[in-house]
Amino acid sequence: MFGTYLRRELLGRRRQTIIIAIGMALAIALVIIVNSVAAGVKNAQAEVLQSVYGVGTDITVTQPVSAPTTTGGDAAGGQGGQRFAFGGNDGTKSGTSRKVDSSRLSVGFGTNTLADSALAKVEATSGVTGASAVLSLTNTSFSGTLPDFSQGQQGGRDAQGGKSTQSGGTGGSSFSVNSFSVMGITPGGKAVGPIASTALAKGRTLTSSDKGDKVAVLDASYAKSKSLSVGGTLNIGGKDFTIVGTVKPTGSDSATASNVYIPLDVAQTLSSEANKVTTIYVSANSASDVDGLKASLQKTLPKATVSTQADLASSVSGSLGSASQLVSNLGTWLSVIVLAAAFLIAILFTISGVTRRTREFGTLKAIGWSNGRIVGQVAGESVVQGVIGGVVGVVVGLAGVFIVNVVSPTLTGGVSSGGIGGALADGARRAFGGGAGGGSAAPTGGTGGGFGGAGATGGTGFGGAARSAASSATTQVDLSAPITVWIIVIAVGLAIVGGLLAGAIGGWRASRLRPAEALRSVQ
Amino acid sequence: MYTLKNLTKQYPGKGRKVTALNDVTLDIPNGQMVAIQGPTGGGKSTLLQMLGALDRPTSGTIELDKSSLDKLGDKKLGGLRGKEIGFVFQGFNLIPTLTAQENVETALVPLGVPAAERKERAVKALESVGLGDRGDHRPAELSGGQQQRVAIARAIVKEPEVLLADEPTGNLDEETRDEIMDVLEGLWRERGLTLVIVTHDSAVARRAQRRLHIKQGKVREVS
Ligand SMILES: Nc1ncnc2c1ncn2[C@@H]1O[C@H](COP(=O)(O)OP(=O)(O)OP(=O)(O)O)[C@@H](O)[C@H]1O
Ligand SMILES: [Mg+2]
Repeated sequence: MFGTYLRRELLGRRRQTIIIAIGMALAIALVIIVNSVAAGVKNAQAEVLQSVYGVGTDITVTQPVSAPTTTGGDAAGGQGGQRFAFGGNDGTKSGTSRKVDSSRLSVGFGTNTLADSALAKVEATSGVTGASAVLSLTNTSFSGTLPDFSQGQQGGRDAQGGKSTQSGGTGGSSFSVNSFSVMGITPGGKAVGPIASTALAKGRTLTSSDKGDKVAVLDASYAKSKSLSVGGTLNIGGKDFTIVGTVKPTGSDSATASNVYIPLDVAQTLSSEANKVTTIYVSANSASDVDGLKASLQKTLPKATVSTQADLASSVSGSLGSASQLVSNLGTWLSVIVLAAAFLIAILFTISGVTRRTREFGTLKAIGWSNGRIVGQVAGESVVQGVIGGVVGVVVGLAGVFIVNVVSPTLTGGVSSGGIGGALADGARRAFGGGAGGGSAAPTGGTGGGFGGAGATGGTGFGGAARSAASSATTQVDLSAPITVWIIVIAVGLAIVGGLLAGAIGGWRASRLRPAEALRSVQ
Repeated sequence: MYTLKNLTKQYPGKGRKVTALNDVTLDIPNGQMVAIQGPTGGGKSTLLQMLGALDRPTSGTIELDKSSLDKLGDKKLGGLRGKEIGFVFQGFNLIPTLTAQENVETALVPLGVPAAERKERAVKALESVGLGDRGDHRPAELSGGQQQRVAIARAIVKEPEVLLADEPTGNLDEETRDEIMDVLEGLWRERGLTLVIVTHDSAVARRAQRRLHIKQGKVREVS
């Protein structure tokens, strides 16, 4: 009878069944899509982090950038960014303009260094399986012609005198600024850090015998874009390096963490950062005690910034960062609200159904039906309505996830190379209004790095300097939303819970009806 | 056999209480056919509810074959209703989504009758009220008289000791009324039921063995 009665009720009161089921279906579909996209975004974040920090890196140690205390015209301090000082005698004078050609290797603005002795301290900490130190640098070369300083002033004076003399190349200045990222790594060192997520493409990798040699390994895609190949040379910091090999990313990323890899000691010498490194990559003994290890590393190196993968996930920027925020904020709230609304609809409709059927339940009680049987009947109807909604919701949700996967939106994610200090560095750079972007991939992509020209030439601004350097830390990831059995089980579970909740409340109302009253109420 | 002693039923009304039954003392032997008449608001339905174990009296006692209906708990009363007492309601009170046959079957559910036997008995009950061919129709597809027949079939399918009918012909035309009365009287004769019918209609009341009149909660015999 239970089944027959249930079927007759659901079919006989189709409108109520459909409304409750649609509400539930919408909520369940949303829960599935939001969950699945959230999982996809999480995977994408992990992928971005992996490409930058390397497989197997649990913790990174960096030096925070100290906030500037004076705001002068000069970018003071050790991390003073790139400044090209063109004195009056610089370059070669030809006619009205001077030719300049300068190349410089330095730590990116917004990045601070720590002594490489920290590596030994990290390695001595218990719970560390491996650690490696790198020096992340940016090589910026600048070549082109500058207008002649005195000529420019001359023109101005002429203009003032009412006589306009237009002199050929005065105003025009053609520069080319080329910037790429260079990473100093310990040749033949531990397979922790960015180098761990690269694979040899051509030539060879750096070995321990390369110490002190001017040899470089290039990112394969960078090499291709610059038409560089193994056996060729590359000018880094004013010195020619022999290209001995190229590497490609092991993951699905388009590029590895850096454009160029050179031996650490050479990098330190060329950038005048003797015994300095920018980041130490640490892999932990057990994945479960990463937080404990973080605490002990922090104790060993109180001034350094110790970040776990979880800390770093929040530093992923770009559209991936926005997507992650969108999903975790809007998506979660939306599904909670819609779920609550669906539950409410189910409860209200069930209550109104019970009220409408007061006489029916009174009659059944009068002919001997127990309270339990009537509650069971009401609850059964609600649960089945919930389950129908759940099943429809799963189908709609899967279709939605399928569409997301077909469209597969491309997200870009960047990680501040200065780690946690990145945001501060970004702000500092704006305050100074100078310096060529550095290697940090701030959300803005490092465009518009105002070039604080030195000397009297002043105010020749151009952008794009930091572009290529920034791109090395920015990864493009195609979003794919994975579906797990658990998401479906949880979604259907929620639908059943919603049905049970509505059924329990409706059943409770029905059980409180006294048979005599129930019969009288409608008469 | 019903035994009512000093039975009083009061309802809490606005301001003062309404006394629906006032100190009623009454016996109804098994197998008797009783008609209850009286003005509206007199307490007819209230008395029937007491007899049907749907409600408890405010004071006094009521027994049905040694079961004290005033003392039993809700569960016991429900069980008693399911087994011993058949109801025919004034407004038919059929379940709109169920077919005629399924409506009849609902009366057998509390007794735990297996599905096949339930079906068989429901078909027989419908035949006995002359509706054998309408088992798969829903209430909305039946006339008033037919609906009341289904309600009667539902009341008698469990073969109760007592059949209580509250204005079973109230909504029906004279011809249909007589048909329904024929059905009820036939069942009473055939099965030896105790049959209590509440009615406004003297033509119906005249067919009973015994006639009671209730006015302002007081019961008196009509001879
Ligand atoms: N649940 C209740 N609450 C309050 N008063 C009630 C309740 N049930 C019945 N009454 C009152 O008790 C009195 C008797 O009601 P009852 O329904 O028994 O009358 P009746 O004789 O069946 O009338 P009718 O012929 O109109 O059906 C009436 O005055 C009625 O208002
Ligand atoms: Mg009445």
